[in-house]
Amino acid sequence: MGLEIFNTFILLLLVVVALASLWVRDLLVSAVIFGVYSFLMCLLWAEMGAVDVAFTEATVGAGISTVVLVATIFHLRRKSND
Amino acid sequence: MKYFSLIPVIAIGGLLLWAGQDFPKWGDVESPASKSPVSSHFIANTGVDTEVPNMVTAVLADYRGFDTMFETVVVFIAGMAVIAILRGSSVGRPRRKDHEVEAEPDLIVTNTVRLIVPVLQIFAFYVLAHGHVSPGGGFQGGVVMGASFILIALSWDLEKAMSRFPIERCLFVAAMGIVLYGGIGLLSMMLGGEFLDYAELEKILPVSREMARYHAMLGVEIGVGFTVASIMFVLYANLASEGRLKQGL
Amino acid sequence: MEGGGLVSELFIERLNYCIYVVLLLIGLWAMLAKRNLVKKLIGMSIFQTAIILFYVSIAVKKDATIPIYLAEHDPHGSHAKVATEKNAAGNQDAYHPVELKPETVKGYANPLPHVLMLTAIVVGVATLGLALALTQRIYQGYGTVEEDELLVKLERADERTSVSPVTGAKPKGRARSSTQGAKAKAVASSVSKNKSTAKNFSVSKTKKKIQSQSSSPRKTTGKGKPKPKS
Repeated sequence: MGLEIFNTFILLLLVVVALASLWVRDLLVSAVIFGVYSFLMCLLWAEMGAVDVAFTEATVGAGISTVVLVATIFHLRRKSND
Repeated sequence: MKYFSLIPVIAIGGLLLWAGQDFPKWGDVESPASKSPVSSHFIANTGVDTEVPNMVTAVLADYRGFDTMFETVVVFIAGMAVIAILRGSSVGRPRRKDHEVEAEPDLIVTNTVRLIVPVLQIFAFYVLAHGHVSPGGGFQGGVVMGASFILIALSWDLEKAMSRFPIERCLFVAAMGIVLYGGIGLLSMMLGGEFLDYAELEKILPVSREMARYHAMLGVEIGVGFTVASIMFVLYANLASEGRLKQGL
Repeated sequence: MEGGGLVSELFIERLNYCIYVVLLLIGLWAMLAKRNLVKKLIGMSIFQTAIILFYVSIAVKKDATIPIYLAEHDPHGSHAKVATEKNAAGNQDAYHPVELKPETVKGYANPLPHVLMLTAIVVGVATLGLALALTQRIYQGYGTVEEDELLVKLERADERTSVSPVTGAKPKGRARSSTQGAKAKAVASSVSKNKSTAKNFSVSKTKKKIQSQSSSPRKTTGKGKPKPKS
């Protein structure tokens, strides 16, 4: 039961975070929120027993892809129109 | 456009939710995916065939080795493409002044990184080599290794990291990873088996057939780790400096 | 959490599937409706993770452990200890790993979707990097990554059609005509020297000139620009 509540909480939080990362107009903030999204996803997979996938997502999704997004946005305009 | 695009989105969503009724229940042991003979075979026989406790590693590097090999090639090609797209693209374009890094690298940050990086790299090797018995393997170890170089580039500047791991060496190491992977496959072919049939390596290794597969998997994972580590660093180095490979963020 | 039939059916038994559909739609909507290219790419990544979530949800079994052998099924590790205990009981098979029985197979999560998704994540970040490189290139050429502004600029560039904004160099078809123009100029200038041999010679000369023009700034930027230090 405890795990189910945890699962439900993270699943609902995921939707909120996904919408937030698309709603924010500052691209840098958007990239960082996307890192949060990846990390929540990693937690969810670790809870579901996919430890290898969770490890990969923690290193790749929350680590490298956030850094790469930030590195790109650094050379673009930070503001987005929508 | 914003509201017009909602029409296909809602249509697809309705279709998917409607199809969702037919999905198996949450955690159903008898679901078609879990009952399929392929995955039950993997669970039941991984220990017998390869003696690797972590089934994911065994399926990744042995049963589905061909797939993983070309996934590695895809990563390699993506790195090549990033270099090809960004190389020389910012020629004659002045560096943007509002982002110019003028200050020296921060003392606290650099000293902390000096302490962390060796630990991180040893951890990367641990993850790579210990992937047979715990979560981990070539992909994760390679990414952690690449992240350690990215950490150096972030805390000092890109030149510091490039002096440790120049772009030519990156590409060489990335290519060597694929050559190592394909080489193990070809070696097992030369010894009389099929491509990537590691069991044939028992003829040159002083171990049993199962342990030959175990050790060949380690070699394959090292190849994957080489490629992934260097391509992750290449991605960062090119994107952070718009292909100049100088100064970075 | 102890809701009625339909509620528990939808929100307990199949919540993962519902959320996967919602995330997939968010990603799809972002790719269709957002005008910023980076936002589009973030939407693409959300789409991708939604599909990975679907695959991993399929692999879950109730009361199952992670797909790594427990100590009693481990071919190595505590194998020796188990073997001696079982050996005392007269079970010789325990020395070697044995095929698991269907009841024990049910105790492990399905490893196959995990493997498929593990490689998909790494390939996903490589393709994300590739897409971001293209985005940077578009920004270098047009000065914007907003789709509507980009379309306006593309139309304007089509109208002008003199200089390609991406490379700053002349496009291929025009490059030929411009070299012809240069050739004509060179011919005109060299008319006084020698009419018969000038044509071929000047063509090669102008070609060389163009090559040296295109390659020289690269060399200087490659070498120069020492890092400014305060």
